[in-house]
Amino acid sequence: MAEITSGITLAPPPVRARIARRAGQLRRLPLIPILILSIFVVAGLAAPLLAPHNPERGEVRARNQPPVWLEGGNTKYLLGTDHLGRDMLSRVIYGARISLVVVAVTLGIGGTIGVVLGLVSGYYGGWLEELIMRLVDIKLAIPTILLALVLVLALGQSFLIIVVILAIAIWPRFARNTRGEVLQLKTMDYIALAKVSGASTPRILFKHIFPGVVNTLIILSTLEVGIVILLESTLSFLGAGVPPPTPAWGSMVADGRDRMAVAWWISTMPGVAIMLVVLSMNIFGDWLRDMLDPRLRQLE
Amino acid sequence: MQRFLIRRIAMAMITLLAVTLIIFVLSRAAGDPRHVYLDDYSTQEDWDRLTLNLGLDRPYYQQYAMFLKDAVMGRFGESIKEGRPSMEIIIERLPATFQLGVAAFLFSVVVGVPLGILSAVKRGTVLDTTGKLVALVGQSAPVFWLGLMLMFLFAVKLGWLPPYGRQEPTSIILPAVALGWFYAAANLRLLRSAMLNVLDSEYVKLARAKGVSGQAVIWKHALRNALIPVLTFAGITLGALVTGSIVVETVFAWPGLGQLSIQALVGNDYPLLQAVIVIFTLMYVAAALLVDIMYAYIDPRIRYA
Repeated sequence: MAEITSGITLAPPPVRARIARRAGQLRRLPLIPILILSIFVVAGLAAPLLAPHNPERGEVRARNQPPVWLEGGNTKYLLGTDHLGRDMLSRVIYGARISLVVVAVTLGIGGTIGVVLGLVSGYYGGWLEELIMRLVDIKLAIPTILLALVLVLALGQSFLIIVVILAIAIWPRFARNTRGEVLQLKTMDYIALAKVSGASTPRILFKHIFPGVVNTLIILSTLEVGIVILLESTLSFLGAGVPPPTPAWGSMVADGRDRMAVAWWISTMPGVAIMLVVLSMNIFGDWLRDMLDPRLRQLE
Repeated sequence: MQRFLIRRIAMAMITLLAVTLIIFVLSRAAGDPRHVYLDDYSTQEDWDRLTLNLGLDRPYYQQYAMFLKDAVMGRFGESIKEGRPSMEIIIERLPATFQLGVAAFLFSVVVGVPLGILSAVKRGTVLDTTGKLVALVGQSAPVFWLGLMLMFLFAVKLGWLPPYGRQEPTSIILPAVALGWFYAAANLRLLRSAMLNVLDSEYVKLARAKGVSGQAVIWKHALRNALIPVLTFAGITLGALVTGSIVVETVFAWPGLGQLSIQALVGNDYPLLQAVIVIFTLMYVAAALLVDIMYAYIDPRIRYA
């Protein structure tokens, strides 16, 4: 008998394995990307406190100064200055602010529209679903940049237009993903129970179904951040983005375009900033996806 | 298959209609279109003639019908800058854009596919790391910046390749790499994960257990099945290359449709811009349609979905 009971001590390993797995996940925590993203967010939020100079006013005598580590560099301008003598570091910091605001507003508007339409179309079905999903198809079939160019030429260049364009660009993916989840969730027993117990439709949608979609939405949002930043910077680069002299990263790269031979850092610095933030966001998003939803790992 | 075809073609038509409607509405929302062509020195007759030509004396839906009819015939009005039909300018520019698109597509396949296979087969080696690096840069560096960096390194610093324009045969290399890199990265990631999935499948294990050689398993059993997602993506790529060309052509002064659209934007040349956009959308929608049909042909599951 004693031998048999001793066999029961097999129970602990699973727990230990679970702890070990948990620790493994934590060990894989992408520290450097999180650090970069934190710097990005802090720079964006506290730009006026952190920037050593005025990002929009330059000093004519200090034009095209190289970064501090190059010959002729100056500790006054750590990342050098641009063709108008504006401090690159300050402009990159303020650029983070622009990107941060654009991302927040765009995801707020586009995400909300997409989620609501996705919830409604998935839950009600019928012609409403057909209509919304065909709208999604149409939007996904029209290249965003083209749409942006017409809108900007017809209505002028402004911050509002940019946000509208980007919101239009991202809502379809939110709608489509939300709908997919809702289609699964609405067949669940607890939804039927809620219906039977007399819960109103809005209550079912927002209290019972929406929480089930949140994980997917968090993952999707992190992955959309990179897309929004790239789109915004591309539009700014093409001269259809946030109007100058506001230091958007894309337009800063455009500023340095014709000066690569004389002052390569004007284009390089903001580009590095875009790349680091997008890269970190993608790595962080992938990690988050693995943490929150192992089912999606296959989709890589 | 027939039902699928009809449905898919109808969808493409509706998309094109939606685009023309958006362009039409915006062209009217932007103000009196006559101001685009005429100025204070134009005579009253000029104004009246244009009013008639554009159908401005008729209701909006009739104006839209006129616009649509003209668009189908390829009449988009004259470019303001150049004073000749927009369509003429577009046809001159088309070959350059096609050339660049094909070159970029080839680059993305030639780099992305082998690297994707090798990094899956030789997991954890130097090749895998190289593949990861290519993928990371391709998916996070903005195309316009990547283009500038390539230009700086290979044209300005090393002097190996021409920095811009389309004069020399080697001129196409840098823009094609800049444009194709993103898609090479996407192909690589797709193929790598598809290969890993397939290599782990029962039928590959069975093939191995039967004693099929390692090479044959990889090339015959695994790759053929792993190529399906890559094929779908190739379709999306083909269309998206069209828009990517806007950015890359602007960076490298490549005289194609993309550069033309930005010139039209900067020069407030609305008739030209709307023509370019309709043509671009047409190419994009046509490419997507073609791929969907091909895909449905290859994979029966799509047809009946």
